Amino acid sequence: MRPYWAVFRARCATVFQYRTAALAGFCTQLFWGFILVMIYQAFYRSSNSPQPMSLQQVISYIWLGQALLLVLPWSTDRDVMQMIRDGGVGYELIKPARLYWMWFARFLASKVVPMTMRSIPMFLIAIPFLGLQLPASIPAAAAFVAAMMLGVVLSTSIVVCINILFFWTVSGEGLSQMLIVLTFLFSGTYIPLPLLPDWSQCVVNFLPFRGLIDIPFRLYLGQLHLGKAPGLLLVQCLWIIFFILLGHLLLRSSVKKVVIQGG
Amino acid sequence: MKDPIALWLKYIKQAIRSQLQYRASFLMKVFGQLILHALEVVVVLALFDRFGALKGWRLPEVLLFYGIVNISFAVAEGIGRGFDMFSHLVRSGDFDIMLLRPRSTALQVAVSDFQLMRLGRLIQGLAVLIWGMMAVDITWSASRIMIMLFSISGAICLFYGLFVLQATISFWTIESLEVMNMFTYGGVQTTQYPLEIYQKWFRHFFIFIIPLGCVTYFPVVAILGRPDTIFNSPFGLQIFTPLIGLIFLAISLQVWQFGVKHYRSTGS
Repeated sequence: MRPYWAVFRARCATVFQYRTAALAGFCTQLFWGFILVMIYQAFYRSSNSPQPMSLQQVISYIWLGQALLLVLPWSTDRDVMQMIRDGGVGYELIKPARLYWMWFARFLASKVVPMTMRSIPMFLIAIPFLGLQLPASIPAAAAFVAAMMLGVVLSTSIVVCINILFFWTVSGEGLSQMLIVLTFLFSGTYIPLPLLPDWSQCVVNFLPFRGLIDIPFRLYLGQLHLGKAPGLLLVQCLWIIFFILLGHLLLRSSVKKVVIQGG
Repeated sequence: MKDPIALWLKYIKQAIRSQLQYRASFLMKVFGQLILHALEVVVVLALFDRFGALKGWRLPEVLLFYGIVNISFAVAEGIGRGFDMFSHLVRSGDFDIMLLRPRSTALQVAVSDFQLMRLGRLIQGLAVLIWGMMAVDITWSASRIMIMLFSISGAICLFYGLFVLQATISFWTIESLEVMNMFTYGGVQTTQYPLEIYQKWFRHFFIFIIPLGCVTYFPVVAILGRPDTIFNSPFGLQIFTPLIGLIFLAISLQVWQFGVKHYRSTGS
């Protein structure tokens, strides 16, 4: 366990250096949030038919999304890609630790630190000023925290898979782009998932991507009944196990074939 | 005047040639982009499916905005990508080489990175625009099409100007360039919908400061013959607002010249 912990801590320290970037990102997300809120306000004012979520809930969903945007698995690690391109990955392979878990620790750190740096100020501003509701209840808040943590782990397990795909340079890039595209729509980043057409809900509910932010957010808002929480958390865990196994499988078959050039 | 254009075309030809070397990878990237942007349309469709209309605007009318903005952004990004990536040129010192060559720096930067891959956004923008044009409830006279083309050209100039400004900032700082995304990507997101749905401060921001609204909202209102609910501007004025895009670009290039004069190499 210790080497992985060390990788995690070192990466945390590195990422924490990028505080200006965090500030710039915060401003961008604030701006982005304003745009989305205004668009949804306009849509809600245009129709009287009942919707699966109230405007208040949608606004909260948007600000939660802006606060926790970095949970999503679309950041690929440039250093790792570089490592794969220039053969530096050879050094990683000789280290007396499992490559998969080293990368896992690394990616987890690159998620947790920027996410915390950006989300805390967003919560501090959005709750009093921008219409982000407080959690529906204390148990809902607890369920949200638990689901969010699983969401981060799920995201990390997907990111590791994406990065392993880069071993197959050409097709890997295409595939990982596809994965990123899917997460955009089916995680709830573009549009709160309940607002997608009713007929698509069964597909959306089956896919793993709602475990990233949609489940935590809806637990927070009380839009998903609290009684369902244990089942939903279990589904998140199952998908995490799935992606970790998939990652191991991909890594094994790619490392078998890898040829390191240069010296 | 002839020389820079010939040079520009030559650069572009080289870039296209080199990118088509990896055909499978290229096609996959274009396809990926296409799907990514198609999903953005899916969001618009899903919202109209739920809510029916947007403050009196129906889907085909909004698709016109969507098409115009995305086509313009794709073109501007395709030919101005070099400016988007300019901070790397400064950091690596490659810009110094460009200063030594007896050609305009703006031209050299513009062609330093030409991405054919942006075809994905362009194709979906065109598809959405054509769909919107066919579904909308007006007849397409020559003058309406002229206004539309004028609007697209204005928007291309404006986005291009934004990329130039973003690059100019990196003469002074290579950090916090992400803030410019608010105006480029944020601008695309904003003007995909009619400007009148937003709050006053926000509308004014995109009319007077980053005049994206001028190049898209007013011309489309003129095409559709709808009343302009923001300023109640007359038709004669609406059809000329895309000119502001050209002016914006001219000013941006002036700022760029100023930046080049004050450039200090990072050395090494």
